[in-house]
Amino acid sequence: MAETYNTEDIPQIAPTFRFQWEEAQGCFVVLYPEGMVKLSPSAGEIMKRCDGQATVMNILKDLHQCFPDADLENDVYKFLEVAHANGWIRKKKSD
Amino acid sequence: MPMAGSEKRNQTKPLWLLAELTYRCPLQCPYCSNPVEIAKYENELSTEDWFRVMQQARAMGATQLGFSGGEPLVRKDLEQIIAEARRLGYYTNLITSGVGMDEDRVKAFKEAGLDHIQISFQASNEELNNFIGGTKSFQHKKHMARFVKELEYPMVLNIVLHRKNIDQIRDILDMTVELHADYVELASTQYYGWSRINVDQLLPTRAQLDNAEKVAKEYQEKMKGKMKVIYVIPDYFDNRPKKCMNGWGNIFMTIAPDGTALPCHAAGQLPGLEFPNVRDHSIDWIWNDSPDFNKFRGLDWMKEPCRSCPEKGKDLGGCRCQAYMLTGDARNADPVCDKSPFHRKLHDDVERIGQLAGNKEFDEKPLVFRNLKNSKKIIKEKETSTV
Repeated sequence: MAETYNTEDIPQIAPTFRFQWEEAQGCFVVLYPEGMVKLSPSAGEIMKRCDGQATVMNILKDLHQCFPDADLENDVYKFLEVAHANGWIRKKKSD
Repeated sequence: MPMAGSEKRNQTKPLWLLAELTYRCPLQCPYCSNPVEIAKYENELSTEDWFRVMQQARAMGATQLGFSGGEPLVRKDLEQIIAEARRLGYYTNLITSGVGMDEDRVKAFKEAGLDHIQISFQASNEELNNFIGGTKSFQHKKHMARFVKELEYPMVLNIVLHRKNIDQIRDILDMTVELHADYVELASTQYYGWSRINVDQLLPTRAQLDNAEKVAKEYQEKMKGKMKVIYVIPDYFDNRPKKCMNGWGNIFMTIAPDGTALPCHAAGQLPGLEFPNVRDHSIDWIWNDSPDFNKFRGLDWMKEPCRSCPEKGKDLGGCRCQAYMLTGDARNADPVCDKSPFHRKLHDDVERIGQLAGNKEFDEKPLVFRNLKNSKKIIKEKETSTV
């Protein structure tokens, strides 16, 4: 079952994955045991903001500010679903 | 810089760096992938050497870094090396038997920034595990695996499969579930070096493989999303070769404990290599310009039947070491391929072992364990036989 994200959810990178900029690849990547996934520029911009602090709503606001011409709401929700299904991110549990 | 030179430069990057920190090891597994000449490797690289190697490879785009051996935990400077690797931005993989590990060290590795730990098991029960590894290690390995998960590392459990443990596959997988592994590598023994010596005792039968494949598939389904089970059938039973190392000098570089750089950790046995050493050369030169790393790069080195084969880009003719071991020429097609004139012989050999397996006398032939004593003996035998 696909996990959907709501505006108040706080996505964070799962501790079993690492996310970073790779200069030699010219893109953001997700790293895991003995493997690497290269992210598209838009996926990288979303993942970058999954810092365990920002809610999905904050992430959307921030992205709108940086990329005012893009209609990205659907893309963001869709990507969060995919990233979650891959285990890259999880929802931060509220304290 | 002249433009002509840069056009010729190869486009690949050493994305995967395997640091074989030492060949010292408390275990004696008879299928070890280390060279049989481990006794010759005495002059290990220093901490500073490793720092330099890691820095140079990282600058070229290396991302995945494996700390392997032997047993990497033997190196007292492992914490320092991990910390430097993490600082450089590597994803760091510790590939270990778990022997020599304790809770304090696992914590120290975490602080140093280690990303992932892979622990090997030799079997799912204490007796066989300790027999194959040649040490009392089973309970300790389990304890360490639990602690590794407690610290939220991603954990891979690696079990090398062969005739003596493959029928335990269900128990093995149950154990990995119980230990909360994130990934399980059911690694079929590859017959190089030590395992080639022991092939008669280790090669599974076709019936064993069929069962193992069925059980592995069952767990792949059952554990979907929780634990990833990786199972690859041993290539001796296949009709097409594997794309070994994803291509020679394509993404992978191994550094042996003495600083020898190799396109794969088994390549040391190939004749005609010059074995560039990181003490004398930069990683950039070794990767891009050394004769060794260019020797089987791309497709131009191929002979028939590979040269005119429509599938040559797919598997690159298979494994150079296997071609050399089984045909005497590393440029030949890997005999796993049924287009190779040597395929029949390999197939017959596999059948022969399959028929003898289960025969008490055949099965009880002693294994040659991987240790310094046996290594010295093998080296001596090789020297006297070539004089």
